[in-house]
Amino acid sequence: MAYLSPSTPELQRPVSNTFIVLSVLVALFLNALPWEGVWLVLRPDFVALVMLYWCTHTPLRVGIGLSWVAGMLADVADASLFGQHALAYTLLAFGGVVLHRRLQMFDLRQQTTQVLGIFALTYGVYVLVHWQVSGYVMWSYLLGCLTSTLLWAPLSIMFMAMRRARVERE
Amino acid sequence: MGSPQTFQFFNRGPSPAARLVFFVVLSLLLMFVDARYGYLESSRGALSMLVSPIQQLATMPAKLWHQAGEFFVTQRGLVEENYSLRERHNRDAAQLSQLQSLQQENRQLRNLLALPQRSEFSAQPVEILYAERDVFKRKLLVAKGADAQIKLGQVVMDDMGIVGQVTRVYPWISEVTLITEKDHAVPVQVVRNGLRTIVFGAGDTSQLSLRYMPVSSDIQNGDVLVTSGIDGVYPPGIPVAKVVKIERDAAYPFARISCLPLAGVDRNRQLLILSDLPPLLAQPTEELPPGAGVDAKTGGND
Repeated sequence: MAYLSPSTPELQRPVSNTFIVLSVLVALFLNALPWEGVWLVLRPDFVALVMLYWCTHTPLRVGIGLSWVAGMLADVADASLFGQHALAYTLLAFGGVVLHRRLQMFDLRQQTTQVLGIFALTYGVYVLVHWQVSGYVMWSYLLGCLTSTLLWAPLSIMFMAMRRARVERE
Repeated sequence: MGSPQTFQFFNRGPSPAARLVFFVVLSLLLMFVDARYGYLESSRGALSMLVSPIQQLATMPAKLWHQAGEFFVTQRGLVEENYSLRERHNRDAAQLSQLQSLQQENRQLRNLLALPQRSEFSAQPVEILYAERDVFKRKLLVAKGADAQIKLGQVVMDDMGIVGQVTRVYPWISEVTLITEKDHAVPVQVVRNGLRTIVFGAGDTSQLSLRYMPVSSDIQNGDVLVTSGIDGVYPPGIPVAKVVKIERDAAYPFARISCLPLAGVDRNRQLLILSDLPPLLAQPTEELPPGAGVDAKTGGND
């Protein structure tokens, strides 16, 4: 249960750029898996998760600009309106960068509640854009925001373990 | 980590808020331009070259699964399938020869009546990569693009009928809008009585609707709708949908008619893209007798 305690002042080795890029590519890959029907509604937005993680943990290197670029790639991959994901990820990154000090003080449970707010904002953008384009609001869009939030803790633990493993190996 | 609240040791560029405003405005601008004018298709194509390897990779697990399943078929299953296919082939061959003689006859009759010939087209098979990520759009991405001479607006069908239309072409993949996409329209004709109308997608997975049909129109449950071909996009005579429900309410000017698509719009993995459709004859330019337009205008004012 050590992970659930407030994040220890343990010194984490800086992350390599390759690791960050690879994680974003893997997230794009996971988003592109053939999800269908109910699973598509429930699909967490992996790219958003990973971008939020890097925005809160390495805010000096991954910030709003890179998130915007990732959003453009997501737009092309999803064949959605150009700028829709870019706008959502920009807001997401802003939330992450502004809250990063607070999030690093919290334990994973507290982080999850904060992250839910940020994701709600992100998914709110999708809902708004969809409403503007097609004239009706689809609330089931917001389900993905819950699943994304639920994945925050596992993702954090995984990345923490991976970063620690790198330290031990060296 | 230094604390930027007091004073800044390092120059870190614009503040988060400034960046936020910049990128939000940029995104909004892009969305506006994309939704209104559609200027960005070429840059979308360029970016898709970056993304499409990942997308191709993402379809690999499912593909491998299918291939593994295909590898472990039994001899007996193959023999049975072969037998039923041969039987079907024989049956179809008989019908095909009949069709050929009918085509010949039709051509002759059309020649006699000096009507333009019916169009013939060729088809190339494509495989579906995946369905659109957005739950509320009915679109597919298929594994052929500009490299295989896919063009915008080409018709996509399966063995049962019309599935959709190519709406975006990237270098290696292209996007197909299904006929069930909201507000997607196909000009059709009722087989039973030749009534011409337009069938619209309802935005639902498997629903189409006939709008603007008067309450008294001659449409019955079970009527089959085929493409009328008068739009120059869809070739004539391909099955599209079947009428399943008609609500005639005298309070409304139009009947509410729902149809089901005949093609497996959300079922197959392989589809056909039709090509070489002859273009429609150019629209004759209106030749009004001199002064006719003026007359009509003054007549309207009176």
